[in-house]
Amino acid sequence: MSNIPKADELFKSIDYTPPVTGWMETPVDFSPGHWCYPAKPEKIEYMESKLPGLWGPARQWLPSDADWKLPPNWKETVVNGFRERLKKFRTLQLFMDICVRCGACADKCHYFIGSGDPKNMPVLRAELMRSVYRGEFTLAGKILSKLTGSRVMEEHVLKEWFIYFYQCTQCRRCSLFCPYGIDTAEMTMMARELMHLVGLNTNWIMEPVSNCNITGNHLGIQPHAFKDIVDFMVDDIEEVTGRRVKAPLNEKGHEILFITPSGDVFADPGIYTFMGYLLLFDYLDLDYTMSTYASEGGNFGSFTNNEVMKKLNAKMYAEANRLGCKWILGGECGHMWRVVHQYMDTMNGDTQGPQMTTPKSPITGTVFDTAAATKMLHIVEFTADLIKHGKLNLDPSRNDHLRVTFHDSCNPARGMGLLDEPRYVLKHVCNHFFEMPPQTTREQTFCCAGGSGLNTDEIMEIRLRGGLPRGNALRYVQEKHGVNLMACICAIDRATLIPLADYWAPGVTISGTHELVANALVLEEGEVRKMDMRQEPLPGVEDEDDDWTPPNMEEA
Amino acid sequence: MNALYSLLFVFLLVLIPLFGVDAAHLRSIFGVCIPMTAFIIFLVGFIYKVITWARSAVPFRIPTTGGQFKSFDPVLFPQNKLDCPQTGAQTFFRMVLEVFAFRSLFRNTAVSLHENNGPVVAYKSSKWLWLFAITFHYSFFIVALRHLRLFLEPIPFFVHGLEFVDGILQIGAPTMYLTDAGLVLGVLLLLGRRLINPRINYISYASDFFPLFLILAVALSGIYMRYYAKVDIMAIKELTMGLVTFHYHVPDAITAPFFVHVFLVSVLMAYFPFSKLMHMPGVFLSPTRNMPNDTRAKHHVNPWNDPKIMAHAYADYEKEFGVPMAEAGLPLDNPENGVPHDEADA
Repeated sequence: MSNIPKADELFKSIDYTPPVTGWMETPVDFSPGHWCYPAKPEKIEYMESKLPGLWGPARQWLPSDADWKLPPNWKETVVNGFRERLKKFRTLQLFMDICVRCGACADKCHYFIGSGDPKNMPVLRAELMRSVYRGEFTLAGKILSKLTGSRVMEEHVLKEWFIYFYQCTQCRRCSLFCPYGIDTAEMTMMARELMHLVGLNTNWIMEPVSNCNITGNHLGIQPHAFKDIVDFMVDDIEEVTGRRVKAPLNEKGHEILFITPSGDVFADPGIYTFMGYLLLFDYLDLDYTMSTYASEGGNFGSFTNNEVMKKLNAKMYAEANRLGCKWILGGECGHMWRVVHQYMDTMNGDTQGPQMTTPKSPITGTVFDTAAATKMLHIVEFTADLIKHGKLNLDPSRNDHLRVTFHDSCNPARGMGLLDEPRYVLKHVCNHFFEMPPQTTREQTFCCAGGSGLNTDEIMEIRLRGGLPRGNALRYVQEKHGVNLMACICAIDRATLIPLADYWAPGVTISGTHELVANALVLEEGEVRKMDMRQEPLPGVEDEDDDWTPPNMEEA
Repeated sequence: MNALYSLLFVFLLVLIPLFGVDAAHLRSIFGVCIPMTAFIIFLVGFIYKVITWARSAVPFRIPTTGGQFKSFDPVLFPQNKLDCPQTGAQTFFRMVLEVFAFRSLFRNTAVSLHENNGPVVAYKSSKWLWLFAITFHYSFFIVALRHLRLFLEPIPFFVHGLEFVDGILQIGAPTMYLTDAGLVLGVLLLLGRRLINPRINYISYASDFFPLFLILAVALSGIYMRYYAKVDIMAIKELTMGLVTFHYHVPDAITAPFFVHVFLVSVLMAYFPFSKLMHMPGVFLSPTRNMPNDTRAKHHVNPWNDPKIMAHAYADYEKEFGVPMAEAGLPLDNPENGVPHDEADA
């Protein structure tokens, strides 16, 4: 990160003037910092053994090399794969044909806003594929190549795909503004599927994918280590609350299977959210279990290809069946919920066991018909329902040292529509809540610039540039309202928003929503907390005599 | 350059019928053969493309959600029924607004960067493109509908109605139609935007300028016929009715401006199915807009779902990690998996 310019300098370097050369003639920068490391060969070999024929040759290579060691028949593979997907995905076929290049999407992409690189305009990102579609598959494109913006598949075209389709986080903001609903996320998914066929991949995605298949989670945490970590968190919860919570793992015969992204088990500040779940469930005496085998809510398969997405997702129902659970409760995660909401039932619904039923809150009796097919409920829906029924004793003043805003993750916002429930929960657990500007929240929310498997440090400058719109909106509420914490409902956000905030709005910390719920949750009448879930002393308790502490006196 | 090529090409297209009719006397070629051929190309090409789309599978239900979904408590969390439809009827209304009011385009914003005690990224509503597009599309649509008077006898009442409303200002003789002006203005605005805005210019091909110049030429030739050349409308109707009743006849009173207009329209029709103009039928099929957001409540079938893709089996997982799992006190389905290998071997 040392060679990344300061925020002000980077901001000044953004220039929206297009280059003098046409986009097809403008060369692509393959220097380090513009790409993620390719997958280690053993990861690809493992995936080839599990899902043969989708991965191309496993090999050592670098995008900065002149020779990417593509297989000899790569062109045929990509073009045939393209043709096949035109028939398998109406989105792809239609989006190749109907774009009018009106440019409405151009300044909607966070990577374009932060970089000014015209190939980060969604329209041009898609043209990288469309030009090949016209040149290879349409008569007009074959005859009038230049005039219609057509070209055939060449090595430099494929290399350009690798750079720019790993500079799209599949956030779908462009698709909201497109008059035809053209969704760049669809094209990015297709382009990545095609690149996998000839062995173009990134380790940041493929290592979690292969880990997830083997160990049940992206981080490769083995079952006994998973249990150790959970036990450690149980100790920490006791330290904060004095309560020894239970944390059932792999137990049969419970009503609910709880699955959350493994990032929350592993890293600060996700762990505090995880502790929040454990505390809440114990408080409710919920009949649930977690699983080490299905210990991953996220699905990096969705950044890879539809086959892996399905294979990794299939564990959820498989484990619910094995353990005899009636329904699944899902933790805070972005792309996990895109997969659960829009893909899971279609992909794996037929593997649900007969014991599975529509989620019903055992505490309030609410039946969640909106999840009748998937049998899977979002934790924020579950908690919002508890609050609505007055089942939680909450003391929001325990979060009074926090001035909170909320970052809508792309996937729950534009691939689901979960917007008001998290705000409802937050407003019940903290007294100081402020919205960022409306062009940057809800369905218009901006990506953390690390989604879809791009949350790796080797492209940090690209991420920080893409993080400008979110970071600047955050800075706005920081200056206007003294916001010092941004809550979210996404594990990738909890990792990526930290460097983003440090860079664009220093002084703002990041947390999950259920961390704040846990802070506010009064376990028994008269319970006094001396510290928050992070074991930081609550303002005012260090000195018992001081009965008033000015709000916002210290950084969270 | 792309714009210039397109403009020159349209000029060339204007010259073809002028030469063909005046010098080469190919009146029935330009009056009957070319328009009929172009119409057939349009029809077949259009239908072929739509069928191609329709035959492509819709494996997943992936609407772009533009608002709050249907919650477990619709009173506490009211659903945004237009932007996040959950039923067929709600989706229908979303589509109606998309197709007839360009709703997504209406949402458009423009980003600008400023420095004011540090970086500021500003967004402002930007409805120009929406306005230009609405002006252009509705004018074109009404102009096309008005042309029905040439192909139907008796003339349907709504065509009279349209003509009345369209000419309500009663400027000039023959009365000026608002949509004639709207069409030319709309094209010029869209064209101007494509020429002047550097970002839009950068993404424009010849195939983006050509349809605009072509439609402009169609409109101007039509306007010339009606307001300046004042062509013999009865003779034209004789020809057009001949086309629809398959009694082809090119009356002598028809003059060159008509042939130019019809030729340009023919080019537009023949070009349509192979171009971006297919966004017209395409918008109806867009999977991110025309599907309800209901996959958590209703099963959607993927026609090419592969049931052979299954989860990594738990039994294999337990076989691999059984020993440390047993040590950590995690329950096992098969206790044998928890026995260390050296003991098992012994």
